[in-house]
Amino acid sequence: MSLVSKRYLVSLVLSMAVALPSWAQEAHAGDLTGHAASGKKLYRRYCVGCHGPLGDGNGDNAQWIDPRPRDFVGATFKCRSTPTGTLPTDQDLYNAITRGFTNSNMPHWDALPAQNRIDLVAYIKSFSPRWQSEKAGDTIKIPAEPAVTEQSIAHGGELFQKMECWKCHGQQGRGDGPSAPTLTDSKDQPIRPYNFADATDDSRFKCGSTNEDLYRIFMTGLDGTPMPSFADVIQPNDAWDLVHYLRTLQPHRHSRETELSKKSGAKPATPQKPPGNGY
Amino acid sequence: MQLRPGIPRKTICFYSKSFLILTLFLASFVSLTSQPGYAIPAFARKYGLPCSACHIGWPILNNFGLQFKDNGYQLGNDKDSPIYQNNAYFPITFRVTPQWHLENTNKVLIDQTGTEQGVTTHGFDLSGLDIWTAGTLSKNISFQVLPSMGEGDTFHFESAWVRFDNLLHSPWLNVKVGKFELDNLLSEKRFLTLSGVGGAWFNYHFLPPGDSSGFGGIGDNQLGVELAGHNQNSYTRYSIALLSSVDGNPGLTTSLVGAPGGTLSPNPNTARTYDVMVNVNQGFAVKGLGVQRIGAFGYFGQNPTYYLTSDGTPVKGQGNRSFSRVGAFGWWFIKDLDVETFYMHGQDNVYLGNNVAVNDPNGLPPGAVGPTWNGGFVEAHYTVNPQFIFTGRYELVHMSRQANPDLAATPSLGNVDSFTIGYRWYPIMLSRAGLAIHNEYSQSKMGNLAPSGTDLTNRSLMVGFDFDY
Repeated sequence: MSLVSKRYLVSLVLSMAVALPSWAQEAHAGDLTGHAASGKKLYRRYCVGCHGPLGDGNGDNAQWIDPRPRDFVGATFKCRSTPTGTLPTDQDLYNAITRGFTNSNMPHWDALPAQNRIDLVAYIKSFSPRWQSEKAGDTIKIPAEPAVTEQSIAHGGELFQKMECWKCHGQQGRGDGPSAPTLTDSKDQPIRPYNFADATDDSRFKCGSTNEDLYRIFMTGLDGTPMPSFADVIQPNDAWDLVHYLRTLQPHRHSRETELSKKSGAKPATPQKPPGNGY
Repeated sequence: MQLRPGIPRKTICFYSKSFLILTLFLASFVSLTSQPGYAIPAFARKYGLPCSACHIGWPILNNFGLQFKDNGYQLGNDKDSPIYQNNAYFPITFRVTPQWHLENTNKVLIDQTGTEQGVTTHGFDLSGLDIWTAGTLSKNISFQVLPSMGEGDTFHFESAWVRFDNLLHSPWLNVKVGKFELDNLLSEKRFLTLSGVGGAWFNYHFLPPGDSSGFGGIGDNQLGVELAGHNQNSYTRYSIALLSSVDGNPGLTTSLVGAPGGTLSPNPNTARTYDVMVNVNQGFAVKGLGVQRIGAFGYFGQNPTYYLTSDGTPVKGQGNRSFSRVGAFGWWFIKDLDVETFYMHGQDNVYLGNNVAVNDPNGLPPGAVGPTWNGGFVEAHYTVNPQFIFTGRYELVHMSRQANPDLAATPSLGNVDSFTIGYRWYPIMLSRAGLAIHNEYSQSKMGNLAPSGTDLTNRSLMVGFDFDY
């Protein structure tokens, strides 16, 4: 083999060795299989302005965006179905792209075909070496939701005090607890706790809108924010009671919890707008 | 290698080298343009999204852009209201296109010689100026105001409307009032061609020769109220609009209109009847290809055939007669190639088609009928990358029935056959401004419309800088 051919071969092998991990990256959600190579084009079209060409959250528009765009290099994600500190599943990332994030500049991308969204997940995973060395965490188990009762709401209220949720979220869930002004995220950016009181029927949490989503937020925490995981300090039934209580802090959202709360004579929180932001 | 007889090998080599050089040039050109694409002056400033997020190639909307528009220029992330914007933010965009263009008409009757001859003019020029402002007044109340003017013209309102979005918390109920673009999924306001010939779809404005209808076509913005709705991802969409039959001209005046010293015609505002436009379309994702869309529309209207006058001034349209435009369309995606297909059938009432007043009992020529025609186009776009897009179109409109036997003697009278090719390169697609280098060639042939009764051909060549900020 000539010297030129050898050099060519070595260059080719080296190039492939560098390129393959990212280009061969796949993502799976349901029947869908995403490919990073396809996702790269989509990322450049839809995402690069905020998240940046390197995926580090430093796109051209990032400086004007609050909260700042996600840094995919760090691979720290708020919305997961996996324990705190672990990588999310591909389905988690797919759901996040589909759903978007309320009170942020991240829209819901459900107008994109499902294949596009899973291709984007595959490409997003190529930004961090964590995806090469770690697997996604195991999805946490969520037991069936017990019936909403006055007792469960009352017990949830006790937990709200005992676990000091009010320190950030405020006694009436307005996100105005005594610690709220001091909170920052993992990038040292100011961050506000979720304001329950402003919620209406079409309001969402950062990671979903159902009681199950709220339960999942307790148990996984929102990595990169001050919202910790309570998986080690709270039992599943207690967590459900807390969910039921938190729903009573949303007096303008129709729910079984608010009905029971009103029936028992609890005084509803008074909404304050704006701002209605939070993690 | 077997060479074709009669072509020297040297020539083949020359062609091969030329082809290679051309290929390398195009490849380097395309790779140089392959930078991340951002843009949208007004909305990018508000949301920080790249312009390519909403546009296949500015200004054609993609699925996400269509959803954003359908949702009343809202992302639905609870930060749409103006209250969340920096006080310095103002939702305004300016758009203008300095250009060099060449226009050629093959047969023009010249007064000095009394004969037909071809006329070619060319030079530097300006498009009109659009001052486009749009956004939200509050959550679920959106608006658009678009004052526009041509060189030397006064401003007119191309559009001005307010829209109440997501009524009853449902995306299926949105009400828009004012002057607005009809809900054409294949939007003439958002297509890629700008030249004198290619800058409009003929189907969207066609009228048979001699027709007196004041309807400017489904491409014209109209005054009225529109009820529209869509599902969550805007794959399923509908709209129904009730429109004043004034072709979008505001004001309740009853004067004559026209250029001073020129021919005056009745102000279409005196034609105070109502038209209806209905549009439904459905998108469906095909794995690996993209979202395909199909739809149908119908525009049903009336126009007066004569006017009541006072002191010779028209004060009210009378003798309304009907016209309709119905059709179907598709928008097909094969990855980076998208193809728009459009079909329309048009018909005008016999009185409109023959320009005869209803109260003129002997006005209609013997054998007069309502004119009908069929038309359509196929338009393709190939997106090399978000900053480079090719476009090509073939369009035709053919009369299927002329309005009277005299016209029927030349069955192709008024027929249109046209094609357009071009590309747009967006070297600047920042989040605060956009610049497209636009190059386009377009040609149309109009059946028997030259002064001598033969076919009339128009050609446009345009190189321009389409920018907004």
